[in-house]
Amino acid sequence: MTPLAAPSPRESRTGRSGPVWDVARVRADFPILQREIRGHPLVYLDSAATAQKPRQVIEAVSRYYETGNANVHRGVHALSQEATTEYERVRHLAARFFNAAEPSEIIYTAGTTASLNLVAQSYGGSVLQPGDEILISEMEHHSNIIPWHLVAERTGAVIRSIPVMESGGLDLAELEQRLGARTRIVAVTHASNVMGAINPINAIAAMAHEVGAVVVVDGAQSAPHLRVDLQAIDCDFFACSGHKLYGPTGIGLLYGKRALLDAMPPWQGGGGMIREVQIDRSSYAAPPERFEAGTPPIAEVVGLGAALDYVSGWDWEALVAYEQGLAAEATNALTGIPGLRIMGEGADRVSVLSFTLDGVHPHDAGTVLDTLGIAVRAGHHCAQPLMRRFGVTATLRASFGAYSTEAEVATLVEGLRQVRKVFG
Amino acid sequence: MSDLDELYQSVILDHNKSPRNFRKLADPSAHAEGRNPLCGDVYDVWVRLDGDVIQDVSFEGQGCAISKASASMMTQAIKGKTIAEARALFDRFHEVVTGTATGALPGKLEVFRGVRAFPIRVKCATLSWHAMKAALENA
Repeated sequence: MTPLAAPSPRESRTGRSGPVWDVARVRADFPILQREIRGHPLVYLDSAATAQKPRQVIEAVSRYYETGNANVHRGVHALSQEATTEYERVRHLAARFFNAAEPSEIIYTAGTTASLNLVAQSYGGSVLQPGDEILISEMEHHSNIIPWHLVAERTGAVIRSIPVMESGGLDLAELEQRLGARTRIVAVTHASNVMGAINPINAIAAMAHEVGAVVVVDGAQSAPHLRVDLQAIDCDFFACSGHKLYGPTGIGLLYGKRALLDAMPPWQGGGGMIREVQIDRSSYAAPPERFEAGTPPIAEVVGLGAALDYVSGWDWEALVAYEQGLAAEATNALTGIPGLRIMGEGADRVSVLSFTLDGVHPHDAGTVLDTLGIAVRAGHHCAQPLMRRFGVTATLRASFGAYSTEAEVATLVEGLRQVRKVFG
Repeated sequence: MSDLDELYQSVILDHNKSPRNFRKLADPSAHAEGRNPLCGDVYDVWVRLDGDVIQDVSFEGQGCAISKASASMMTQAIKGKTIAEARALFDRFHEVVTGTATGALPGKLEVFRGVRAFPIRVKCATLSWHAMKAALENA
């Protein structure tokens, strides 16, 4: 797969030198970008909800069903062996891509939400004692909040919050105050799905480890935008979704440090996660198989593999610089619109940003933008505590991916001027 | 008229900016809350009955232009109606905004016909109506 950066550094349109991101070439790989919406070209600014898929991923899934479909778990016949080989190849690929210490630390799940439920129920359920504390940041997505509520109810553990500052960053000084001998788990997002704000996981992990707590990271929004290095950030668990990383829906990953996974009881029981089964008792396989019960989403793993192959060929330095450029351009342009407020304006962010318009409900603005072919998300984005903290019930969210363009930023700005015209 | 113009006609924008009957009700016969967890729109609806006639109705809350204008026009439409008439109007309104009926709605409520081009906004238009129906059932 040839890298998409230019072979030698050149001035980008934003005036920075360095490898250039050839967005036109990337866009050519994504068939859906040809669509028209209500008579306008699609301007898809909702990649934080789900990313679009390149032809390579779509074709890999079809090809699997056309020529390679079989169940895994090391069956004796050729098709099953092929499927099993590919299933494990993708696990190795994911381990390399995210720099896990070994492939057995990568568990396939249905997505970030399933991954976080697995950690909460299996790890949390087995270590939490009454009065133990779980620290959850105020900017978490509900999927890194509710699983902890459920396990806290069961175990008698107590939830405490990590406050978010006006700038959009976590209050690390306050976090340090709240960490103590009773802290068992710190649940924190790597990048906010609402504001895009990036949290310093490495620093948070260091503080947590000092008191003997583990860090569970929601990586749904960081995996597509930052080249995540699990050794560098040193978290204990990391969850992400294939569909936000240009892969299929229905597949995600859970990374866990091997020593932690070894000590965790099974989550779901069934075929494939066993060692031996009697009618009245059973013993279980080692990780990762211990946590993969039943026939897995094999086609989705194949699609994820194609997505990882595809993005592994990217020059991530160029991509990150490009997306940062888009985010900066959008921030500047939006700041110029009267009555528009960006949430967490001061934060370092991935290319996701939320904002409100004085006097216009996000739903109404979103509908106006929809009629212009612009797809943004309006609502609380599954982050009610964060909405409450900033005194709003809903925001508009624009999120940019590898195929987003400066022209699309301009179209969004023009669309927001239209919104103002309709609502005064 | 474009889909957008049909949805955001001036009467809807007016009722959003200046909602009618936007207040608490003194001495209500019943109350219900309508909440849309997907977007955070939430309204309280109060009714006061005299026998089976809706003597007064009011609402408070926050939400998008469609939901607020709909609540405002709903209070105007059902004031002075009987419970049975209000229920029938609810069914009619629901049919029209979901595009499952072609007959006309009384008066200004006709402007909500445009919602059917934006199915995701149906819940906005019907939120306060569901609350009103629940309030009448509680009374």
